Amino acid sequence: MSEFLQILLSGVLLGGLLALYATGLSLVFGVMRIVNLAHGDLIVLAAYLILLLVEATGAGPGWWLLPVAVLMFALGWLYQRFVLERTLGLGLMPPLVVGFGLSIVLQNALLELFSADTRRVPAGGIETASLALGPLTVGVYPLLVFLAAVVLLVSLELVFARTDFGRRLRATADDPVTVRLVGVSPRSVYALAMGLSFAVCGVAGVLMGVWTNFAPSDGPIRLLWAFEAVIIGGLGSLWGTLVGGMVLGVAISVGGWIDPGLQMLFGHLAFVAVLAVRPQGLFPARGGAA
Amino acid sequence: MSTLLDVRGLDAGYGDFQALFGVDLTVREGEVVAVIGANGAGKSTLLGAIAGLVEVRAGEILHRGEPITGLPAEAVVRRGIALVPEGRRLFPSLSVEENLRLAAALGRPGPWDLDAVYALFPVLRERRDIPATALSGGQQQMCAIARGLLTNPELLLLDEASLGLAPAVIREIYATVPRLREQGITLVVVEQDIGQALQVADRVCCLQEGRVTLEGRPAELGRERIREAYFGTAA
Repeated sequence: MSEFLQILLSGVLLGGLLALYATGLSLVFGVMRIVNLAHGDLIVLAAYLILLLVEATGAGPGWWLLPVAVLMFALGWLYQRFVLERTLGLGLMPPLVVGFGLSIVLQNALLELFSADTRRVPAGGIETASLALGPLTVGVYPLLVFLAAVVLLVSLELVFARTDFGRRLRATADDPVTVRLVGVSPRSVYALAMGLSFAVCGVAGVLMGVWTNFAPSDGPIRLLWAFEAVIIGGLGSLWGTLVGGMVLGVAISVGGWIDPGLQMLFGHLAFVAVLAVRPQGLFPARGGAA
Repeated sequence: MSTLLDVRGLDAGYGDFQALFGVDLTVREGEVVAVIGANGAGKSTLLGAIAGLVEVRAGEILHRGEPITGLPAEAVVRRGIALVPEGRRLFPSLSVEENLRLAAALGRPGPWDLDAVYALFPVLRERRDIPATALSGGQQQMCAIARGLLTNPELLLLDEASLGLAPAVIREIYATVPRLREQGITLVVVEQDIGQALQVADRVCCLQEGRVTLEGRPAELGRERIREAYFGTAA
């Protein structure tokens, strides 16, 4: 029994990381109705960024979390303003293809620069520390990541619900023509949303880089987990995304307990099962952004 | 009275479709101008072109003598020209008050703040926390007008405010026009309902198939000529 609880717990904590993969994807889709196919590669890019910074400076990855997020925000803003904005109004396909192109460019650039070897960001032992919780053991690092995910999701939810920026974002998602009548430029809202999405990728990438091994070709599987977490949770709901991540995390964890080779399969099976029973997801949104 | 808005020889349309042909319209400060015409006459296109939402192909639009032709909508509203669009177009994900705050965030100085628009439409204050599209049709129209006012315009373009509303509600909405004038707002009102338009308007401009067919003071023109211009030939 306690072995099963242990598996559930580690699955739930993994769900925090998976929810972070999903948040930026969901945000961009919610505001612009665009799926960013390079999303997973951006997470991997951030992991390599933090690896470079930690190796170059010797400071722990925690110190670089915020700078990487800020840098990623800037990249996202520039990407939207100077690349993706050119596809506005051209239909669904052009932004999809641009994302696909960025994905290929990133994977190959990372392969050129870092080789195909798997890497991991050293974090001074915190990644292997654990706490005893009654009969259960909790990894300190997975717990921190889960808490970070919850704090980030709560903050984003507050920003969307309470601030001028959040209102602009939701209104633009509703009706990008009418917002212009109250002085909101959809293009600048899109650029900020893309920046925010990249910044969350940055945080997710840093946390992932300490959690697990990564290689230049690992982006697409992150994109797939992100997709599945969003769909399981229901489009448009940040809390749904967190629950979606936890469902996936538990399935992966249970699969891994039966046989380490079954982790991926169980994750995808959970996704298919939810789609079959509740295709709108567990917590479909009221129709807002993010 | 000085000229606030001057539209000269305006051609405008969407894609392959041209909706306006050489339209001239002058709006002086402080007056109410009604633009009337049948369905598809180009009334909404004219307002859309002034507001910067519809592409202008020829001609020019001057605001206080300065050209604003081709200026994007988000810049036009900053100059004090607000469009209350046909069909209200409230944001469904936002509550009533959030719809209003969005417009107030533009930060154009002027007499209109949340309290002022709530005083004009008290029902909006009562219902401020519900989703804007859960309001009744008349209340949605009030919310759309309030949203326009919160950008503190000197020129308010009101597109089909009476569409789909009961006569009593239409009267309630048009009853606010004198109070808007007191605040120094100039109005261009687009209406299919001629009677309503002629009651509030100082001048009327009749559009037919994208061209101005009649323009002047309602009293001087007389009902018959207006009706003729509206329908094309004398019935």
